[in-house]
Amino acid sequence: MGLRWNTKLEAGSWKLKVGRRAIILSFTHSHIHTLKTMSIEAHNIENSINLKKRGKEIQYQYQPDNHEKSEPNKYKRSNLKREEMVINLGPQHPSTHGVLRLEVVTDGEIVVDVVPHLGYLHRCFEKHAENLPYNQIIPYVDRLDYLAAMNCEHVYVMGVEKMLGIDKEIPKRVEYIRVLVCELNRIASHFVAIGTYGVDIGAFTPFLWLMRDREHIMRMLEWVSGARMLYNYIWVGGLFYDLPVGFEEKCQEFIDYLEPKIGEIEGLLLENKIFIQRTANVGTLPLDLAINYGVTGPLLRASGLKYDLRKVDGYSVYPELEFEVPIGKGEMGAKGDCWDRTYVRVRECYESIKIINQCLKRLQSDLKRTRDFDPQSHVPKKIRPKAQELYFRGETPKGELGFYFKADGRSDIPYRCRCRSGTYVNLSVISEISRGSMLSDLIAILGSIDIVMGEIDR
Amino acid sequence: MTLNELKELIEERFGIATVMPSASPSGQNFLIIFKERLVEVLQFLYSSDKTYFDFLSSITGVDNEPTGATIDVIYNLYSIPYDHHLMIKVELRRNVEGESIPEIPSVSSIWRTADWLERETYDLVGINFTNHPDMRRILLPADWEGHPLRKDYKNPDYYHGIKVEY
Repeated sequence: MGLRWNTKLEAGSWKLKVGRRAIILSFTHSHIHTLKTMSIEAHNIENSINLKKRGKEIQYQYQPDNHEKSEPNKYKRSNLKREEMVINLGPQHPSTHGVLRLEVVTDGEIVVDVVPHLGYLHRCFEKHAENLPYNQIIPYVDRLDYLAAMNCEHVYVMGVEKMLGIDKEIPKRVEYIRVLVCELNRIASHFVAIGTYGVDIGAFTPFLWLMRDREHIMRMLEWVSGARMLYNYIWVGGLFYDLPVGFEEKCQEFIDYLEPKIGEIEGLLLENKIFIQRTANVGTLPLDLAINYGVTGPLLRASGLKYDLRKVDGYSVYPELEFEVPIGKGEMGAKGDCWDRTYVRVRECYESIKIINQCLKRLQSDLKRTRDFDPQSHVPKKIRPKAQELYFRGETPKGELGFYFKADGRSDIPYRCRCRSGTYVNLSVISEISRGSMLSDLIAILGSIDIVMGEIDR
Repeated sequence: MTLNELKELIEERFGIATVMPSASPSGQNFLIIFKERLVEVLQFLYSSDKTYFDFLSSITGVDNEPTGATIDVIYNLYSIPYDHHLMIKVELRRNVEGESIPEIPSVSSIWRTADWLERETYDLVGINFTNHPDMRRILLPADWEGHPLRKDYKNPDYYHGIKVEY
């Protein structure tokens, strides 16, 4: 069919001009209906032939209104002002750090409203968790925040151990190894956050430098657990393996190498004039708003509150370790702006190095490996908590990760396992802090929130 | 502040009927509040100098289908200055087939974070939050049928002509 139908096709008479002659065509409603159906069918047949030629079966037939039905925009022509327009950002855009779609309403280049559309990476974590035994959920937990899988595992496992009542019995060496790998992973996660943020702003070198050093961490964690990103290393009641022989020495060597490298990043990125101009006073998040929005992690600390669950709740062996909680001071602009968030992340890398140094010292002195040490000695044969409800939370690099468990006491499967992820809540503040800023600043704000869609969509 | 002190504080102000402490053996204790006075009680807990629960960690729903005909809504509150935790539970009657989903007033006027948490609960568990500024599905597509975290949820066979294999 060579004709293109528009929606305004109406019954009546049409005048077509062919050369010098004018042809008058008259249409009735039934004619038009037939013609429309014919054209759609012809289109579908054509499509299916093309697909079959390429050796593929048609899975579904494209309908133009599928998108409008499944993920409709909040803003339509009817509720927009005359000067406003909608810009669709994502889901396949590198600056959205994954599959996030932002419906941005702009007035010229000023952002009027931002409506995030989520769910493109929804994997039904909570529904899966209702059908799996507690220990088999750990690999799914890895995939929540895949950049900091150790931290997610740690929080989840501590929650289950608390339900079982064995959280005080875990051997010290196991606890120290857990904290060691978690802090290594925290540095890796912050490196991705800082590096990709630099790319968003236009600084490419820090990204390459950070990725180079992150690669060392990935390889060390691979040496420990066998996997680069999704480890399944921390088990309920213990660990998969002990640390490999020689790990402590190599890790110490790496940490000594790493510390000056972070200083380089500070000079290259944080003190860079262009970076400061792009981030200072942009996306300022006042403290009261941050708390009201439930924002946690580096975002909340950048707004000036010394709130770190490792200190506040003091879980695992964190009370025995010495480290500071860095907060944003508003050195380059207002307190709680994008620069402060990056600054807090960089400072936290130093604090993690401090913790790793202390862990390595303990692991090489009084908690030294022994021949009879079994990291799985406290792993329960059957994980069946008594009937109870528990909300357990912990600090991951992105914020507060919480698990609400409901156990019925009769099965090895949680009755309900709800995951409260930090980035999901952190992202909800974006429309509030980006309103009134420039469109290019929206990218800077989004990058500074450090989202991971795996944790948001779950 | 312990749970019993909190319970007394709420009972003193809102009458004896609203609070029932229920202690589970090794997990967290929680308060049960009736949905009629939920917003008042939470507003009081948020603004009172003695409690000051300024941080809402999580809202979620639990379907108790095989054993009871209720759906629970669970609020996890935390007070940053006092370092208190509080789990609040509201029991709703579960809707039978043909009825509309249960309703509960929204608390997004107290904590802005409740906006997205309630949307997620609506999406996955199927609880309607009245007075919510923007009650839409958030994780699932807008034309998805059913609420997956209901215990009697059936997986659909097709979605937009795509075979959904499970």
